[in-house]
Amino acid sequence: MNRIPLRPLARILPARDRGQNPDAIERENLRIRHEQMRDKARLRAESRLLVMGVLFLCAFVTIGGRMGLLAASEPTEPRARATGASIIASRADITDRRGRVLATNMETHSLYAHPQQMIEPLRAAKELKAIFPDLDEERMVKDFTDGKRKFLWVKKKISPEQMQAVHDIGDPGLLFGPREMRLYPNGAIASHILGGSSFGREGVDSAEVIGTAGIEKFFDEELRDPAREGAPLELSIDLSVQAATERVLDAGMKLMNARGAASVLMDVHTGEIIAMASLPDFDPNDRPRPPTEGMPSDSPLFNRAVQGVYELGSTFKIFAAAQAMELGLVRPDTIIDTRPPFKVGGHRIGEFEGHNYGEITVSEIIQKSSNRGTGKLALAIGIDRQKDFLDRMGFFKPVPVEMVEAPGGQPLLPSRWTDLSTVTISYGHGLSSSPLHLAAGYAAIANGGHIVHPTLIKSKAVTYGERVLSEEVAANARQMLREVVSEGTASFGDVPGYKIGGKTGTADKPKERGGGYYKDKTITTFASMFPADNPRYVQIVTLDEPVETSGSRPRRTAGWTAVPVAAEIIGRIAPLLGLRPEYDVKELAQITLVSD
Amino acid sequence: MRTLLYVTSFLGMIGLAFWAYRENYDTQAALDHVEDLHRDIADARARLSILKAEWAYLNRPDRLRELAEINFSRLELLSMRPEQFGQVDQVAFPVLDPLVVSDAIDVSSAGAAASDGLVP
Repeated sequence: MNRIPLRPLARILPARDRGQNPDAIERENLRIRHEQMRDKARLRAESRLLVMGVLFLCAFVTIGGRMGLLAASEPTEPRARATGASIIASRADITDRRGRVLATNMETHSLYAHPQQMIEPLRAAKELKAIFPDLDEERMVKDFTDGKRKFLWVKKKISPEQMQAVHDIGDPGLLFGPREMRLYPNGAIASHILGGSSFGREGVDSAEVIGTAGIEKFFDEELRDPAREGAPLELSIDLSVQAATERVLDAGMKLMNARGAASVLMDVHTGEIIAMASLPDFDPNDRPRPPTEGMPSDSPLFNRAVQGVYELGSTFKIFAAAQAMELGLVRPDTIIDTRPPFKVGGHRIGEFEGHNYGEITVSEIIQKSSNRGTGKLALAIGIDRQKDFLDRMGFFKPVPVEMVEAPGGQPLLPSRWTDLSTVTISYGHGLSSSPLHLAAGYAAIANGGHIVHPTLIKSKAVTYGERVLSEEVAANARQMLREVVSEGTASFGDVPGYKIGGKTGTADKPKERGGGYYKDKTITTFASMFPADNPRYVQIVTLDEPVETSGSRPRRTAGWTAVPVAAEIIGRIAPLLGLRPEYDVKELAQITLVSD
Repeated sequence: MRTLLYVTSFLGMIGLAFWAYRENYDTQAALDHVEDLHRDIADARARLSILKAEWAYLNRPDRLRELAEINFSRLELLSMRPEQFGQVDQVAFPVLDPLVVSDAIDVSSAGAAASDGLVP
């Protein structure tokens, strides 16, 4: 850049000669230079402003144009979607652990009427009555002809055949709306677990299906969530095992003349419930209404395995024995004196049918089911330690299983925990809990001393809880339970090939209105685990008021009622579970390989 | 020269316009096809769910058991029992057919014996 000098000699010298002030020339030049600089800066600023203005104009025009376009155009579905997955709005299926359907949806139709569009309301009412005998013809005639109603439901769910028949009436005032209905293809199998469903808010074009009980209600939100994209809810239940269990249990219940029965089969490592049955049961496709009178426990809706809290009798004895061994108070071969008298708090503790077992080992106490023996172990353990142990085993609160009915299984505890309570609870009286509680407790013994949490959802990994028993104590307890079956009170429970360990429990039924126990009504329970040397499953079978009448007098003990039923169930389901029977190998005949 | 340039660019513009017009209609057709496919998929899904429900209904354990009982004389199906598990060594070896010689071959050892010098 060439700059004009402020004091050019060519002008200064003549100016000096003329006697003028050369500074005036410098000032003049400086002024010109400043004016030039000012003009240049203005030009630059103006061009920048212009660019900015144009940019802003473009941006506003673009946004404004887009807004106008969005406001003016009709909304359309995006036609060229990249993903092919459409939103699946229907309720998700429920399947068993092997993917077999337990609950699914089916499209059906509802029937409604617009009386003002009807041509022949009287004939329509008559013909509807012929198709649906349960409808009231007079009421329909009244509704169709009184002119006040513009809309009314005729039937919520109709079959395709019925729909065709209604179509053939040919009245334009009879209209159909699509309906999605919940279908339980297996009928009454696993009915208590699944619960049931009904319609929630209803419109003409659709109705929402909501769960009303069981797992359908517990997972209602999840099952309805469109984000699932129809992924089924996988339960831990095995359909074939569940069906076999229910069938054998039903036959056993009838054979033993029982009022009800319940059974739980649980994986001891994961806490997954493989089968859970409660009889009598119901068909979830046509769920009965809750009873308005009588005992709720008499209703088929009542889930005895979860909601039913019973005194489970001598099945509790193994907990006292295991805890005493865990605390180092006794060993399996410690001798305990079980001779009478044994009085606690002024009450005499007796044995079944007045037996006297004398001085026997802890193993034999369990094997012969001695009340006095376990009572003495419980007194040695003490109130606080017993309460703490049972609390950790989960006997003080409802089982946290995924069913809305689960909180109903709140165990009944004594209001004051005295020495007498300690003794009676050690042999399963005075504390009521559900069969599912007992299954969780036995699972802890079966898996080597870890608490497991029962679940109805298929789980992939073993999640042990807190350790309550050492490995050795759990193994000793299992050995005792095995001896109960091989030599003790549960000898009918032996299934060749599956070494079953277990404990019987017979408890007199408390009277509903209080005041002691019935003499001739019992709850019999058999808690078992198999195979006993390395248990994989725990099974609880409970019968309500069974009586076995093949002998000269009726027998009501677990050994005669619950145990044979449980053994039959295990014989049926163990092969289905893929358990291979193992027979004790006898001395093999000597085989000599002879070479030629 | 300039005229030629104008003519070519005009023809090019017409060509491009035609191409854009055709592409537009192709796109619309493709979108319609996609829509049809989506509808077909939805229909197939609905049919599949009905078939699944029907399959589950037909395979419900109660029905299968009844069928097994009705057809017992033909199928002889019983519930699975522990006794049905066997050991590998309980399985017999297959009986091999004895070798059947159908074409007898006459063998003469006279010449062979003579050449070997082994005369019995």
